[in-house]
Amino acid sequence: MSTVERKMEVRPKKGRTAPILMGVLRFLVVAITTYLGLLAVTFFIGRVIPIDPALAIAGDHAPAQVIERLRREMHLDQPLYQQFYFYLVSALTGDFGTSVLTTNPVMDDIRRVFPATMELATVGTIIGAVFGVPFGVLAAVRRNNLIDQVVRVIGLVGYSVPVFWLAMISLLIFYAELRWVAYPGRIDIAYEYTFTPITGFYLLDSAMQGQWDVFWDVFRHIILPASLLGYLSLAYISRMTRSFMLNELGQEYIVAARAKGLSETRVIWGHALRSAAVPLITVIALSYASLLEGSVLTEIVFSWPGIGFYITSSLRNADMNAVLGGTIVIGTVFIGINLLSDLLYRTLDPRTRRK
Amino acid sequence: MMITRMNRSFRALSAGAALSILLAAAPNAFAETPKDTLVEGFAFDDILSMDPAEAYELSAAEITGNTYSLLVRLDIKDTSKIQGDLAESWSVSDDHLTYTFKLKPGLKFASGNPITADDVAYSFERVVKLDKSPAFILTQFGLTGDNVTEKAKATDPNTFVFTVDKPYAPSFVLNCLTATVAEVVDKKLVQQHVKPATPTADYKYDNDFGNSWLKTGFAGSGPFKLREWRANEAVVLERNENFYGDKPKLTRVIYRFMKESSAQRLALENGDIDIARNLSPTDLAAVEKNAQLASTSAPKGTIYYISLNQKNPNLAKPEVQQAFKYLIDYDAIGKTLIKGIGEIHQTFEPKGLLGALDENPFKLDVAKAKELLAKAGLPDGFSVTMDARSIEPDTGIATTIQQTLGQAGIKVEIIPGDGKQKLTKYRARNHDIYYGQWGNDYWDPHSNADTFTNNPDNSDAGTNKTLAWRNTWTTPELDKETKAALFEIDTAKRTAMYQDIQKKYLEASPFIFLYQQTEVAGYRKDVKDFKLGPSFDTNFVWPISK
Repeated sequence: MSTVERKMEVRPKKGRTAPILMGVLRFLVVAITTYLGLLAVTFFIGRVIPIDPALAIAGDHAPAQVIERLRREMHLDQPLYQQFYFYLVSALTGDFGTSVLTTNPVMDDIRRVFPATMELATVGTIIGAVFGVPFGVLAAVRRNNLIDQVVRVIGLVGYSVPVFWLAMISLLIFYAELRWVAYPGRIDIAYEYTFTPITGFYLLDSAMQGQWDVFWDVFRHIILPASLLGYLSLAYISRMTRSFMLNELGQEYIVAARAKGLSETRVIWGHALRSAAVPLITVIALSYASLLEGSVLTEIVFSWPGIGFYITSSLRNADMNAVLGGTIVIGTVFIGINLLSDLLYRTLDPRTRRK
Repeated sequence: MMITRMNRSFRALSAGAALSILLAAAPNAFAETPKDTLVEGFAFDDILSMDPAEAYELSAAEITGNTYSLLVRLDIKDTSKIQGDLAESWSVSDDHLTYTFKLKPGLKFASGNPITADDVAYSFERVVKLDKSPAFILTQFGLTGDNVTEKAKATDPNTFVFTVDKPYAPSFVLNCLTATVAEVVDKKLVQQHVKPATPTADYKYDNDFGNSWLKTGFAGSGPFKLREWRANEAVVLERNENFYGDKPKLTRVIYRFMKESSAQRLALENGDIDIARNLSPTDLAAVEKNAQLASTSAPKGTIYYISLNQKNPNLAKPEVQQAFKYLIDYDAIGKTLIKGIGEIHQTFEPKGLLGALDENPFKLDVAKAKELLAKAGLPDGFSVTMDARSIEPDTGIATTIQQTLGQAGIKVEIIPGDGKQKLTKYRARNHDIYYGQWGNDYWDPHSNADTFTNNPDNSDAGTNKTLAWRNTWTTPELDKETKAALFEIDTAKRTAMYQDIQKKYLEASPFIFLYQQTEVAGYRKDVKDFKLGPSFDTNFVWPISK
């Protein structure tokens, strides 16, 4: 959130000479530095963890010579700087090696698990935006009124309650007690061997193939974790919407619009929200990115076979190739979405280009 | 006017919210597992490979145990007996060096290829040459990459001859051959997937014996075939139509990865899984109270113990070691923390194994322990650290022990951590007290007797890193007795020898054994003939029907 608030204050100091290009350049520098930082941090965390990766693979009972051989194969017998070099070279060439845990190339694994996370985050963000924006608008219009208080409380809960706790409670209510939703995983075993995914987005795939029973099953699996993520982003989106709207509603053009005799609906939803929409896009995009990387706990609680689940299992098994691959992919997406929303913001909001 | 408008928007909004909730609720027909499919909730995050030459983890053993055949198997009704699997009969030469196995005729792999003695020889060859973690179970009989083709060979399509280097007790050799590492692979099929390898100083061969393919592939002949293993997601087994024995009643068995006990219980109660495999005492109790569910249990070969590193001078004193044995509240641990999932057991051979000693002489006796500590010159106790995994029930047990040790003035600082992290430290001998578990490598008393007594080189660089070594402890006398038991042909005498070693261990050793694991599972009542086996590779799913 702080990113957004800071962005609100940022005004480019240069004149009209290609401020977008300057923005891109500056962003690239930031992105590359972030990237290198990410790599270094991942690498050193991997070395600081007091777990011997060779031992982790060989197991408790393995004879000493087996462990020694593994250590050599994994370059663990070489000096740290050389290990970091191997790490950098492989990461920068996009080769993340083979996952110890799944025995597949890490990129293949990520290609398989990433759509699951994206689908979950996408549905979550849609839910968050569909409810969050109107809630925020209403809260702004009815400032300090009951609706405003309710929205604030909803937001507060979303901020302060740990997500895994919410996940467990919601499972208990909607799955264990009410039996409204399915659990665990993405799809029921009854369909797992009759349904062939195309894009990896199960909702889309089943709809495209006209398999509506599968679609319904997938829906029943995704709705609870997605609603939960949606709730988290709703809390953020509604709060930001409220403050943008309050900002807009105090502007002169709103007074002018009202004076012209426009209906209140048009003033609020047509004028004020339209102006607030630009920063809102950034907010929603950032919230999307944070759901992509922040769904780890949700994925674990819901046995959701996405990238968060993948990285967690890899970490537990000291499978550093997989951890590196997963971290880089998430980092890339995060940096990418940041760049996109930044550019969108600059393009759509003329004020950011004004001197 | 404005209020009406806003109310309208708000109404639309609430309607939308209500609609979406209704949508999720509409059909209450939640899926039950199909009749011909068994679904087990199982925490199988230990699996690293499905290749019998490499797989060495408990969950992997369960899967390969259901999908591969062996020459001989444990009789699960009486684990001191061996029965033929692929082998119809076998004989041991008078000098106890040559074992000749006759294969049952007309057997087939799941692929349809015939099973011959050549497949058995190839299976042995690849284990020895690949030399992965479990290979020592076979190489301890003197097999090397250079001699394996001669020492384990097919003399005709139905005869496999195995030659060992010393006249071991035949029960020992046969018990080792029941281990998963001796599972027979389909040579023809594996050779279609062999990848070239570059010979190095460590690995002299130009191919990988199909290892990279078999990690996730399948080339067996058991009642089920492995259709798919997706790490930490699912293991899918399908009925092997070419199986030579009674065919399974189910067409498919799915192990679904579920880490948490509470999640497994929920899914079991709701009918989303048929069997829950990792239940905590609390969840087990809840399952037992549910009329639709039942539970089953079996003692397993895993024992839990604390060990005292002899690098710490206080812990090296015999009286202190003895005092520790009286400073644990076995009764309290048995009644609460491990209720239903373990049984107090104070010797190193788990119950069910040849030579297991069922003696539990120690009870909490603070006064006696204080006497012993005084004799050791430590009347006021001392301070020490203990490494324990931060999972239940380990944490609870460690805390209980910390508390009872405290009663005699021994101040324990518990260092919690991840299992693999603890193991790294343990193998480097950097601990004071280690709280952990040990499962035998193969179903023979030598497995545990060896690791708890054998320590020929106690230096930090020692190559034989047994548990005795990890605790810097040598016991040449007991080790000698252990080695002698290997060559005792009379099974009754051999049993007595292991019992004798354990008795001496009770008297003087830096190991304090706490309990033996009882494996438990909850299942839905429509699941029939589900039993847990005595070892981890004998949790058979093929007798099950629904």
